[in-house]
Amino acid sequence: MTHTDTASGRAKMDHGEEFVDILEERRRSYDLGHALRTINLHPYQGGPRCSTAKLNKAVLESQYLRYVAEELQKATQETPVILMPNHKSYLDFLVISYILFTYDIPVPVIASVIRLAEMKMVGEILRRSGAFFIRRAIGSDKLYWAVLSEYVKTIVRTGYAPMKFYVEGLRSRTLKSMTPKLGMMHMVLEPYFKSEVFDITLVPISISYDRVLEESLHAHELLGVPKPKETTTSLLKSTKVLQEDYGAMHVNFGRPISVRQMCEGKINRCQYNLTPRDLPQKPTEEAQACVSWLAHLVVRVQDEGSVISPWSLMACMLLQAPITALTEEGLLWHQLTGKTLWLRKLVLDCGARLNWPAQTPDSDVMSSAVALHRSVVHQKAGRVYLVQEEEPARRHPISPQERMMRTASAVLMLASYRNQSLHVFVRPALVATALHITESTQRDELFAFYCFLQELFSYEFVSIPGELSQDFEEACSLLKKCGAAHISQQEVTPSAGGMETLSFLRALIQPFIDSYQVMLRYLCEEGDQVLTEKQFLAAVRSLATRLILSGELDTYEALSSDTQKNLLLALRRLEAVTKSRASEENEFIVNEAAVRKIGDVLSGKIPPQMLQTTPDARL
Amino acid sequence: MAANGSGGGSDRQRVAQQRLRIIAGHLRRPADEDSAVRAAECKAPQSESDASAEGKTVPRRRQEIMKWNGWGYNDTKFIFNKKGQTEFTGKRYRLSGMILPGLQDWFENTFGASVHHKSPATNILNSSAVQPPNLNEAFVEELKSTGVPFSHDAEDRVFRANGHCLHEIFPLREGKIGRVPDTVVWPNCHNDVVKIVELACKHNVCLIPFGGGTSVSSALECPLEETRSIVSLDTSQMNRILWIDEKNLTAHVEAGIIGQDLERLLNESGYCTGHEPDSMEFSSLGGWVATRASGMKKNVYGNIEDLVVHIKMVTPQGVIEKSCQGPRMSTGPDIHHFILGSEGTLGLVTEVTMKIRPVPAYQKYGSVVFPDFEQGVACLREVARQRCAPASIRLMDNKQFQFGHALKPQGSSMFTSFLDGLKKFYITKFKGFDPNRLCVATLLFEGDREKVLQHEKQVYDIAAKFGGLAAGEDNGQRGYMLTFVIAYLRDLGLDYYVIAESFETSVPWDRVLDVCRNVKARIVRECKERGVQFSPLSTCRVTQTYDAGACVYFYFAFNYRGLSDPIHTFEQVEHAAREEILANGGSLSHHHGGGDRFKIKRLLIKRRRRVGVNDAAVITGCILTSKRWPGHPEPRGEEVILRSPRHVLTASPSRKLMGESSIYQPCTSSANTLPRPYHRSAGPLPYPVFHVPTSICQGKPLRLRTACHRVKLILGLYNVSSVLGPPLGARHCPPTVWLHRAPTSLSLYLHRGHCTQETENMT
Repeated sequence: MTHTDTASGRAKMDHGEEFVDILEERRRSYDLGHALRTINLHPYQGGPRCSTAKLNKAVLESQYLRYVAEELQKATQETPVILMPNHKSYLDFLVISYILFTYDIPVPVIASVIRLAEMKMVGEILRRSGAFFIRRAIGSDKLYWAVLSEYVKTIVRTGYAPMKFYVEGLRSRTLKSMTPKLGMMHMVLEPYFKSEVFDITLVPISISYDRVLEESLHAHELLGVPKPKETTTSLLKSTKVLQEDYGAMHVNFGRPISVRQMCEGKINRCQYNLTPRDLPQKPTEEAQACVSWLAHLVVRVQDEGSVISPWSLMACMLLQAPITALTEEGLLWHQLTGKTLWLRKLVLDCGARLNWPAQTPDSDVMSSAVALHRSVVHQKAGRVYLVQEEEPARRHPISPQERMMRTASAVLMLASYRNQSLHVFVRPALVATALHITESTQRDELFAFYCFLQELFSYEFVSIPGELSQDFEEACSLLKKCGAAHISQQEVTPSAGGMETLSFLRALIQPFIDSYQVMLRYLCEEGDQVLTEKQFLAAVRSLATRLILSGELDTYEALSSDTQKNLLLALRRLEAVTKSRASEENEFIVNEAAVRKIGDVLSGKIPPQMLQTTPDARL
Repeated sequence: MAANGSGGGSDRQRVAQQRLRIIAGHLRRPADEDSAVRAAECKAPQSESDASAEGKTVPRRRQEIMKWNGWGYNDTKFIFNKKGQTEFTGKRYRLSGMILPGLQDWFENTFGASVHHKSPATNILNSSAVQPPNLNEAFVEELKSTGVPFSHDAEDRVFRANGHCLHEIFPLREGKIGRVPDTVVWPNCHNDVVKIVELACKHNVCLIPFGGGTSVSSALECPLEETRSIVSLDTSQMNRILWIDEKNLTAHVEAGIIGQDLERLLNESGYCTGHEPDSMEFSSLGGWVATRASGMKKNVYGNIEDLVVHIKMVTPQGVIEKSCQGPRMSTGPDIHHFILGSEGTLGLVTEVTMKIRPVPAYQKYGSVVFPDFEQGVACLREVARQRCAPASIRLMDNKQFQFGHALKPQGSSMFTSFLDGLKKFYITKFKGFDPNRLCVATLLFEGDREKVLQHEKQVYDIAAKFGGLAAGEDNGQRGYMLTFVIAYLRDLGLDYYVIAESFETSVPWDRVLDVCRNVKARIVRECKERGVQFSPLSTCRVTQTYDAGACVYFYFAFNYRGLSDPIHTFEQVEHAAREEILANGGSLSHHHGGGDRFKIKRLLIKRRRRVGVNDAAVITGCILTSKRWPGHPEPRGEEVILRSPRHVLTASPSRKLMGESSIYQPCTSSANTLPRPYHRSAGPLPYPVFHVPTSICQGKPLRLRTACHRVKLILGLYNVSSVLGPPLGARHCPPTVWLHRAPTSLSLYLHRGHCTQETENMT
């Protein structure tokens, strides 16, 4: 357990808040010579020739990097290095390679989804810049699995090149970190478990964007508009996107994690001694637990390393205003700025990494953030309005549903920017929610409810398995630090001056709770006993639309397919929903009683004392 | 029966001379009455030939020729002289008297040490620092009446209190003397040993067998917890070849004979055993048997277990030996397999019949340079696959190659140094070998001349496939010489703040490279983490090849200046390295024996205990060392925990064992009591089962061997219990072995104490 502490402490290294624009020279004088220069470090020619054009426009606007070049360079010589960035945008893909190339560090091989390979030319470009393509759903194709894992393991074993893969598996549509996928992680770690390498270095990398290239694309996807296929033509078509200003992008290389150090006492390598190491073996429980723990840890370190923009704080605040205020009356600018400045203090208290230019006046910082995100909000006469997507003039006036969908897409964009800073608040916020719902101050009761929330939201907010109590303690001490609560051996009591903080924190979680309640209600009352995921998504979406229009529900996040899928996964984990094996389709069988119970606990109808009988909050 | 030829006269003469010498020795130094040494005639079944009387290297008073706090002979050591060169003193070795110009530079560069920073050893053994002996009067009295020579002299005792582990030698160099044996006895023959063991049982004294004193597993260390009188049983005087059977090519030898004597005496008759462990100058036959030793030329002659035909072992319950000398038997588990590697916990090996071979007609050294270690290992693997390994084949890594280079004696002429330069140029410049990556394999071929040459070609052809270049006989020979002087070099290092140790493992082929890389890296990392200021020397070599794996030998050394407790740091690093070996699928030891290292093993067993299968079985000795007990495909069972060393599990020999639920009952005949009856689930026992209790003393882990000292051992119906202390010739006991049902047809017979009517009937 102490391992986590050191690891998370690592990300908060005392490097201060200075960011160095290490690519400044590149930015000022871009020349083809740089892209064409050859490096002899590595068989790959690395430099993405064509893609520099694409890349640079986005990247060169402004790129700040804090970066421990020597450390990484040294690490690549000693042990196999695995770069593990978070995945928020297509751009992540190349930006790391670009940086490494610029700094004469061996360019990594990159695991990427096969669909990219199908793009004409671009696929080839990516391949040449080190990508190898994997199918997303491997399923039961054992041969494919074998080939892939052998490929990965050989790269690690031979130290052929650093490897880069996304531990979350796919791009986060919501800018929130996701539950890590373990398949690739297993492949990467196995050479260490089997003693084929002395150690493996994991480098968590956090990439944070001021403005994400795909923001509206993501929002539409979440609302159920199918993702356009990645093709070269569509890439070329989308180049107009690149004309816009996307602000800065922060790449934070976390302190390298030594797998050997982390796994000490967690894995007994002797277990591999009695069978040939080449023999395919199902990983033991011990190994699975260890891999999962490490993967979650990496995600946590990525979170802690990511940089929060002023805009993200503003998004938090904007989302807490009533929607009508945003769409119709507009929110008073000074109200927004005042609250944001208050939030800034809270964020800093929580020890997060905030990118708030010190020299510029605060108001300028905020108005430039708004200006950057003019696709989401606009400022007019001292008020801030949510941007409604303008479509070409139509003959018919738009229906309320359509209008609502437009608002929804803006809200979801806002939500995803809020999610960028969610990781700072989520644990204290869960405690605040627990305080509110249980109306209890008993520590153990709060903890039980906290565990319940964390389990229910396990796919929304990633937590490291087996470290719930530490997280809870940490959250409590953060609350204390912010002056929001008094902590004693037995009790957690809200403090008089902390009401504002607590209600802010609660309001952060509220949309999730509301959305979940709607979905749980659907499952209990309206849905069939058996349904497929597709049916569920569609039905929930229409129910939520109805409720929003009737004013019963005021969060648009219930419309997000991400939230909907997460609930389904969580319910499966809690065994309130089971997958039926009989049918071909992904059908689920709903255990209504269990679902109802979850809903009741969530709304506080079941007192927390009842929860304590199930310490792990499994229902 | 060649040895029978000479008469008893010479025997008497020899004993008389010996007696005189002892008496003279004791007249010279005033000693109290207890320390009187008594000589007695040994009624050995056969008298030895004249040759063997002359051939003794080690006298009863070891102090006459050996160092007391370092390796080897008194007159032999490395020194840095004033000219900045290294000298090897004495006349005993090929290297003796030579100048090694490169060593000092290598030494200073590798360790960051300096010849100006000395950490010299205490020269004089201060007898007053030795604790007075704790004597068991009754035992001493009866011992006197047997006429076996013994001594309580401080020097004699100190010389038998340690092996050559670093943690034993280091305090001695500082003049610190810990617990030493209280008495030293020198049995002259098998019957003497029988008498001593019997007396030890009767008077409850602790016996620690001592052979060549080359143990590197703490086997000779006297347990601090031991309150009984400790008797060191020095077998060095049991050093005769009793007979040579030329028809069957076997020799019957007393177990105390040391390797070099055995080989020299056999050579005189035109034979050899071919068993040449690196310590053969000083280690004894009994020690080899007790620790499952391995010789460098095992590819031709086999390891000790292949060489042994017959063993006579004295146990507290009687003598155990096979009834015939047939080359193979299938009557139950081979009794030799629990003697081999028992490290003195079960009994004391007194006589051994060994295979012998005619001295080979032709011997040739050789060496091969490989571009890197990986290629070298691949070549060794191929040689093993084709089963064409020469008598010896060893692969040194780059660091060791450089070390070997530093040991090159001063070139005899301008021409040789010119030639060396040319060779170097050819290999590094022309062939493009990186001097910081290349490694060298040394080879030794033996046999008929033609066959050797043919064999040589075959091996060099394989080597060529892996980029290997033949590098001459000289390099090969020097490589083997290194093994004899390496222990002297450690003493040199110790003189200048450098501590060093070696350890070995055996490992499957596919893991050889991983083990080498990971263990070396682990050593470097651990040293760094533990505050060692200078980067350590961490190097390895592959020394033996087998069909399924190889033996890897690690050396590591570092400069300990600036460390407050170097030995502790050192042990931590060594422990980590061993842990790494185990995690990488290596064994705890290929040939040094388990000894104290079983401590590690015990921890592991707890973690991976397997319960449920006939829980009667607890086998530890065979799980993690390369040792395997016969008849048990897989170890199984649970740990037996003794609450205190005084508590002992004993089988009841009188009860029928089959199908009973409780097979043990307290042994009331001695002071020992049973903490809890040992139950097993119903059903027949799967063959003889070996039980190895580990012990926990008052909640604290207790060193295994302590428990073993006191634990009685039951060998099936024979009820052999062990009051014996640590092992013969070397090392500490592995956990005690319990065998509670003997197969009825086991082809051995047993003397209960002395040969009785009953046992004679059995035969």
